[in-house]
Parts: sequence; structure tokens; C-alpha cells
Amino acid sequence: MRRRSLLTTAATTAATAALTAGCGALTGGSSSAKRRGHLTYGVWDVYQVPAMERVAREFEHSRPGVTVDVQLTPNTTTYWTKLRTACTSGTAPDVFWMNGPNFGLYASAGQFLPLETEGSEAVFDPSDFPSDLVSLYRWEGTQYGAPKDFDTVALWFNKEIFDKAGVDYPDASWTWQDLINNAQRLTDRRRGIYGIAAPVWAQENYYNSIAQAGGHVISKDRKRSGYSDPRTREGLKLWVDMIHRYRASPTLQQLTDTDTTQMFQSGKLAMAQEASYNVETFWADPEFRAKVDLAPLPKGRRRASILHGLSNVVYARTPQPELARDFVRFLSGKKAALTQARHGPAIPARNGTQKPWADAKPRFSLDVHLDALDYAVPYPISTNTAAWSHKEQQWLSRAWSGDESLDSATRSLTRAMDQLLAQEGKARS
Amino acid sequence: MSVDTSTPAAPVRAKPATGGTAPPGGALTQRELRRRERRFHHRDKWWGYLLIAPAGLGLLVFYLWPVVQTMYYSFTEWGAFGGTTWIGLENYRTLIHDPEVWQSLGNSLIYTALVLLGIPVSMVLAVLLNLKGMRGTGIYRTLYFLPVVTMPAAVAVVWRWLYNGDIGILNQALDTIGIDGTYWVSDPTTVRFAIALIGVWMTVGYNMILLLAGLQGIPQDYYEAASLDGAGRVRQFFSVTLPLLSPTLFFTTVLSIIQSLQVFDLIYLILGGNTQAGLTNPAYADGQTIVMLFFQKSFFDNQRGYGAAIVCLLFVLIMALTALQFRLQKRWVHYG
Repeated sequence: MRRRSLLTTAATTAATAALTAGCGALTGGSSSAKRRGHLTYGVWDVYQVPAMERVAREFEHSRPGVTVDVQLTPNTTTYWTKLRTACTSGTAPDVFWMNGPNFGLYASAGQFLPLETEGSEAVFDPSDFPSDLVSLYRWEGTQYGAPKDFDTVALWFNKEIFDKAGVDYPDASWTWQDLINNAQRLTDRRRGIYGIAAPVWAQENYYNSIAQAGGHVISKDRKRSGYSDPRTREGLKLWVDMIHRYRASPTLQQLTDTDTTQMFQSGKLAMAQEASYNVETFWADPEFRAKVDLAPLPKGRRRASILHGLSNVVYARTPQPELARDFVRFLSGKKAALTQARHGPAIPARNGTQKPWADAKPRFSLDVHLDALDYAVPYPISTNTAAWSHKEQQWLSRAWSGDESLDSATRSLTRAMDQLLAQEGKARS
Repeated sequence: MSVDTSTPAAPVRAKPATGGTAPPGGALTQRELRRRERRFHHRDKWWGYLLIAPAGLGLLVFYLWPVVQTMYYSFTEWGAFGGTTWIGLENYRTLIHDPEVWQSLGNSLIYTALVLLGIPVSMVLAVLLNLKGMRGTGIYRTLYFLPVVTMPAAVAVVWRWLYNGDIGILNQALDTIGIDGTYWVSDPTTVRFAIALIGVWMTVGYNMILLLAGLQGIPQDYYEAASLDGAGRVRQFFSVTLPLLSPTLFFTTVLSIIQSLQVFDLIYLILGGNTQAGLTNPAYADGQTIVMLFFQKSFFDNQRGYGAAIVCLLFVLIMALTALQFRLQKRWVHYG
């Protein structure tokens, strides 16, 4: 869900334009093919394109006469704007990536074809995937998305800063109190170094702490906001206090001017909570690679890490529904999952195929991201998730910046979110 | 004699005037000229229309028709995937009670007012560059014009770094003279001025070139006459330059106001709207323009009907402001 920075986008657009241009020429193949045809596959992460291209070639190889064109929209914001327009005009890709926050909107508008999960026509077997990911893409009893990958959150740390301050590296025993104490000890304002960063990030920061405190973002029936729950507020308070009370994090203004991940990479942060899709970024720089490692998120009342993952969906108005389903079946298979694990930054969702992903970068304790599955909490969604997550950012940033008390900000947020959820209910009935 | 000027179907070939009023030598009479002109209007007008048809058609299909459609959609509720329902004035009722709309509109107006301050700056630069004996004018003209031909997106990326509170070059410079700089574009008190400064920087070159053209169109005779009458440089500026430049000034003002009210990309990127930190920028609400709000409502919150209503409000405002300026121009604009 992270939006890539503008510079990366600009730099990669040129590269991928050349890449996709080459695909148009691939036609023909053996005449003995049962099905001939051409599929388009819409994706947004430029770092995953090499793996996706590889999987597409493997599919073409096993289905002579079929061609697959991987279409990259290298900016998530643009991807969603473009996809919605394409769905409206009936020109969306045959198969494309979907995420949790957007799934409800598309599913409720009938933009997907159902995927069989039983019998001979089954696209995938749900027992091969973590159940939270399968249910994330089920809408009113029908399965529309086949889990592709997943991401969990871990506590990344800069060993150099820890060594200098004489603090032991984080481990599985850490609690919130350890996090607070050590973050304070690691902070050195004169040198511009902070213990940890507290940006208004949902997936990496406060959704985790809310679950760790025993609170909830949205009720189980997805009809009411959880922000009036005192435990939910406790999860938020950890971060607000980290800035204002413990003074162990840069302020929201600082974190607006300089992106948290960039700050971590430039050695100004001792710790940062990061989702697994950033591993590639940290690995890419050999010097930085030697300095960092990761540990499980610290425990609150309980241990928790937010689980989210992408899925492959079939567009409702595709001219080739059978071929498109067949491609999703291939993408959900073991072979495609292993290709993804070896060549891509994303952790494949299929059970038993994740080990090569962790082994590819032996310097990092990447098992932490995989073990997080055991205590993972599903990413909170409803039909129109984008509408209320926008309110979350608006109101919570007022509490983070100190312009408003956390209590008053969460009260306003609860009201706004409840109203939006009530509208969803009305629209459905 | 009388020539029947009301017949448009008169022969094309110029008929020599045979009457006694015709001067010898065959020069055309005033009347004959007018007759020809009218004949041209009636017979050859359709040629003109034919020639502008491609451009006109494009304008109609890609510009005017969408405007009409947008107006229609502002009275509807538009689902995320099309399908509109007529809801009458509902969007406008919501709009009137939406504090976000009025704050964004206020931000746009403040930005516009601040950017207008760039016109006097452009004026001074243009006058300086027009001075006789100035050397290197070509270089200066290019330097001032460079920001105009630079992409707003690139400008935003560079200025974000300049303004960065911790590592920005601006604060480092201020630090050397003992001033503690702030987080310019994430501090609600400074964000508007910080952005408007970039706006001025980006438009100064364009306005300067227009004003320079205007300055060079003023005949030198006026200045000679003025200096013979004993007017000094300053007096010449206010009594000759300013009045004769007023049509150009009027043009640049009208254009600046329209462009500033429609500003989107620069501010969107400066505030970080394209990044994860964007919406949580503590100064977002104080910098967000009305067009940014339209973008947010239409493409993220899936309220395109409401978004259409917001741009209709902006459309009406720009129309009204421009009409007002055209009325007021009579008081200060002199057409040679």
C-alpha cells in the first residue's frame, strides 16, 4: 500500500516502457494449443516486475499459443485511479493485482469473476494458504481473489547506533516498556539521532500497537468504528507519547519533511517498524545491509503483527474468462510461488514456499517476518476502506502533531468513521 | 451616379468607377471599398469557417462538451464505477456546509493574492532589462525564464529539499547567521508563504517577457518628448511607461489570477500528496487548494458528483473575477 516516491517512479518509467514494448511482439506458438489467446496482467510494483515477467513466461511456455503482457503502472496512486477508470469503461486488464483496502469497493460493484475453490474447476485450494489471506478476499461468501503474497511487520534496527550507545539488540523478549526505555537511551538529539520513528502509518505502526493493546480498528461486523475503545486509544497513545512525552521520536513535521524509511537508511534512526516489502530497499545498499537487522515487534498486552497481502483477481468483463482463471490457477501454484520467492521482494502466500525468500538474504533474520504469521492480525477493511482511512490520517495527524488531544481527535474520528460505515450499510441494502 | 451597394451578387471583377466622383488615375472610392468588403463578408465568410472548423470542432468535443457534462454531473451522485443518479442541488447543499471547501478556497485565494505580488517584481526586472547599455541581458532573460519551462513536478521535488527543516539548504544558510529556521512546508504558519514564494519564482519569468515586449512597443518619441519637457527618469516611468504598459499589465494580471486559482500539481507535490506522509502533513489543511480538494473527492473518496460541484464553484468564481476585472479596467488601462 505504500506509495512509491516520485523519483523512483520517474526513474523507472523509462525503463519499463522499453520492457513492455518488447512484449507486444510475442505472438504465435504451436498450433496444437487447446486455447490460444492474449492476456494482460496489471501490476504496480516495479521491483516485482522481473519476477512477474518470469512467471508470465513460464505460463506461456506451458500453454503454447498463449501470450501474457505484464502491464506496469509504477505508482500505486495512479494505479488505482487508472484501474477504476478502466473498469468503468470495460478496458481493465484481464487479471490484475488487488489489495485489501480496495477489495470491498470493487467486489461490491461486481468488478470480479468468482474463483472456484472446490471440485475439478478449482482455481486454488484454500488450505494451501493462510486462512486470514483467503478470507480477506472473500466477499459475501464468494471467493474473488487468490492470495499472491503477504507482508508482516517487524522491528528493524541499526546495529551501529545500538553498539555506540551500549544497548543490547532487540529480541523476542522485548515489551513496550523495553521499547520506550531503550528508544530514550538511544536518542541523541545533538547528533540528530532518534530511538524510533512515529509517523502516522497504519500498517507499520498504529494498527499493530492497537492489536497489541487488545483494541480494534473496526468491529467484526464492519459496522462500527473501534476508536472509542480505550484499549484502541492505548495503542495510539504509545506513538503520541513517543514523540511528546518520551521525546524519543522526531516530530510529525520532521517526519513529513523527511520520509521515515529514508531517515532510517541515512542512519538517523536506531529503530523503525517496517513491513516486509521494504526488505529489498535495505538489501540493495551493501554498506547499509551490514548495519541492520530485525526483531519481532515488542509485546503489549499480547503479541501481534498486522498481516496484509495482495491477491490476483479476474476482471468481470474479460473476453477470456477461462484463460484468465487458468492464469490465476498457475499464479497460485507451487512453481509460480517459488519463482516469486527466489526473484522477487514479496513473500509468496502459498504455504511451504516462503523459505527460499528468507534464504535469499542470509544476513537478515528474515524468519522473523515469516514467524509473524503465527500471531498475525488481519488488516482491517470494509466496503469503502479508503474513505475512512482518509479520515484516520486527517484526525490522527492532529493528535500526533499535538494540535489536538488524542481523546478529542479519536472522538471526532469515531463519529466520522461511524457515519461513513452507516452509509456503506445503506448503499448495500 | 449611384452604385447599388446592396447587391452582394455583383460581379467579382472590380468595376472601374465611372462616375464623376472618381478621381482620375483609377484609385478606388471609399464607397467602392466598403462595397467590396461587404461582398467579401457575404460570399467568402464560409471559407473562414471551413478553415477554423478542425480547431473549432476539437474545442467543442474536447473542451466545451466536457464543461457541459461536468455541470450536469454536479447535480448527480456518481458511483465509483459510473452510473449516475440525479440528486438535484444536494451536492451544492453539502458544499455550502463543508468547512473544507471554504478553507481550500481561502487557501487558493491567498495563494493567488501572494502570486500577484510577483507582477511588480517582473515589472522592475523588465524595466531593468530594457535599459540601454545593459550588458548580458540575454543571459538574465534566460535565467529568469528557466523556471517557466521547468516541469512543476521537478520544481516541487527540488524545493522540497531546499525547504527541508533538518537538512535543507535554506535552514543551513539561516543557521550561519544565527536564525533557527522552521519546517517551512509542514508548519501551518509558514506553509502558504513558502509555497507562494515558489509560485512567484515560477511566474516572474513569464510575466517579465510579456512586459518586456510591451516596453519595447512603446515608441521612443514619447520619451524624447518627455525629456524635452524636462521630465526625469522617475517621472517618465510614471507618466509614459506605466500608462502605455497598462494593457500588458492588465493581460498578465488576468492570466495570473486564472492560473493561480487553478494551481494543483506544484502544491500537491510540495505538500507530499503523492507520498505516504502527504495527508498526515500537519500543514496539509492550510496549504490544500480547491483543485486539490476536487482531486481528493473525485478520485480518492469516490464522490465524483461532489467533485464536479466543487469545480463548478471554481468556474463561477473565475468567471466572476475575470468579468469584474474587465469592468474595472476602464478605470486604469489606456489603449494607446
